[in-house]
Amino acid sequence: MIHSLIKSRETVLAMAILVLVGAIASRFPAFVAPANLVNVFNDTAPLIILALGQMVVILTRCIDLSVAANLALTGMVVAMLNTLLPDLPVPLIMVIAIGLGSVMGLFNGLLVWKLDIPPIVVTLGTMTIYRGIIFVISGGEWINAHEMSDAFKAFPRDVVFGLPVLSWIAILVLIGFIVLIGRTALGRAFFAVGGNPHAAVYTGINVGLTQCAAYIISGALAGLTGYLWVARYAVAYVDIAGGFELEVVAACVIGGISIAGGIGSVGGALLGALFLGIVKNALPVVNISPFWQLAISGSAIIIAVAFNATSNRTKGRVILKKAEHAT
Amino acid sequence: MSLATHQASTGRQIPDRLKTPLRRFLASWELLLLCVAVAVFILNSFASPYFLDPWNLSDATYNFTEKAMIAFAMALLIISGEIDLSVASIIALASTAMGFALQLGAETPLLILTGLGVGLLCGAFNGFLVTGLGLPSIVVTIGTMSLFRGISYIVLGDKAYTGYPSEFGFFGQGYVWWVITFELVLFAVTAVIFAILLHRTNFGRAVFAIGNNPVGALFSGIRVTRVKFALFLLTGLMSGVAAICLTSRLGATRPSIAFGWELEVVTMVVLGGVSILGGSGSIPGVAIAAFVMGMVTFGFGLLNVPGIVMSIFIGLLLIAVIALPRIVRQILARRKA
Repeated sequence: MIHSLIKSRETVLAMAILVLVGAIASRFPAFVAPANLVNVFNDTAPLIILALGQMVVILTRCIDLSVAANLALTGMVVAMLNTLLPDLPVPLIMVIAIGLGSVMGLFNGLLVWKLDIPPIVVTLGTMTIYRGIIFVISGGEWINAHEMSDAFKAFPRDVVFGLPVLSWIAILVLIGFIVLIGRTALGRAFFAVGGNPHAAVYTGINVGLTQCAAYIISGALAGLTGYLWVARYAVAYVDIAGGFELEVVAACVIGGISIAGGIGSVGGALLGALFLGIVKNALPVVNISPFWQLAISGSAIIIAVAFNATSNRTKGRVILKKAEHAT
Repeated sequence: MSLATHQASTGRQIPDRLKTPLRRFLASWELLLLCVAVAVFILNSFASPYFLDPWNLSDATYNFTEKAMIAFAMALLIISGEIDLSVASIIALASTAMGFALQLGAETPLLILTGLGVGLLCGAFNGFLVTGLGLPSIVVTIGTMSLFRGISYIVLGDKAYTGYPSEFGFFGQGYVWWVITFELVLFAVTAVIFAILLHRTNFGRAVFAIGNNPVGALFSGIRVTRVKFALFLLTGLMSGVAAICLTSRLGATRPSIAFGWELEVVTMVVLGGVSILGGSGSIPGVAIAAFVMGMVTFGFGLLNVPGIVMSIFIGLLLIAVIALPRIVRQILARRKA
């Protein structure tokens, strides 16, 4: 029991995070003050939400590189809606954001499902398409704080029970995923499809549909984050969250979600995102230029993938060769 | 990464007899591309009166020469079933290294060696991670993509290297004869070299064999990891070459140099008829695809279409080129059934 706990990926990662935080705290005690920790968590909330969405996509052997562009496009659309109709209530805006995000996810999913195009090609393509559309609809203009209504900007920052709403939403999404992954048939289907697609077909799971569902979930969360992002930073322009998709993938890979599909956990995605979030927030504290951020997340991806590969070497043998190739 | 469930059901059909070379050419993707290229050329000359000016056309070639040099190496890599998404970041790192060498007082020959050397090193790093440690190339190169560019950002931050010597400018700005630029000649030479390498050598056959069936290739005595490593080296080297040309043309290095080029390079390769799943493709196809993409973006430029709108077009092109044959195949299959 203890042995398996030590070997588990999540424990190793949690220990690494604790060591990291401890090391920072020994030099800069202010970093672990509760108020600052709340800040760090709140800062990491968008990454946590997106990493969870990306997790289900990666579980099904796909990848979604269009999340950041989806986020930016949804953010721009809701910001423009808000400037046109300032009285639109926030819940409705969130519904629109989630809906629009899902549609973009559905588009990815349909291309992967119905046309069987490799996921990386689909989402590389839609990534630039979604970004380009932002430019087309906004004409390259920025939407600044003074053009947004107060209710629109205030919602993610409202503090409820000591935490901002943005953090609470991340926690709600996290709980939702624990239920989805652990308690529903769809959650099991994600693992089945990624673990062995052929076997999944035999057990009556529609592989393409499951992948499409994963993309819709990822898209919906990207849409939701789009509104939260734009409202929190009170600005919308073409390049917001540029390159964020890499950070999201990095969080998943660091969290032990196998890029080959079928292996991963909600806790892993959460810890992976927290790890990156803490590093990002600690850099200015320990006086390292923010220009290091990109290289650090790149190295983290490579180290994590190498680590995953060595720890997943104990693979089973395929004994039913015929079943593998039939269908 | 993709599933073979649908293809497995149909299987690959091998005809009793090969078609004649002429008939094969008439039904080929390359011919279709060639028609598109001619159509784009004609449309462009109607769309703008400035298009047909020889100097203008010469400038237009810069739209694809550097990317195409990488695309040739990338084509081999994709045919072998791997991919390298870090090429644009290798350009950034190689360019930064050249700028750094310049600060230390390096002359043009040393600058070129630096660019090529850094390209090779980056390729070797990718190759080691993929073949040495057995990691999936998509994730590895997504990682190195941010690592390599990240190093450029660490070195340069928000600054830039400028002041390259004037003879260094020849690689990106020089003319060999009349309107024929040095880059265009280099493009043609690399196209021929890669075409021979892929279509006329044992190495090229090995690349196809690995892409079609890596295990089968291994059992037939091909050193799969060594070939793949060589391909990553080659892609790194060509990125270094592109870095030299681009740096020389711009005369400056910023960490954001060549940002997003990996997408255009992959699009070029796929548009050229290389299967993204590996195993098939041709260098002439990639060369024509490079020409088509260059002419289309140049035509858009003449019509004052902003760059980001062109990127929508490139994204759509990438998806459409892969989707259309599949849609056609699905419709045909439905008719048969």
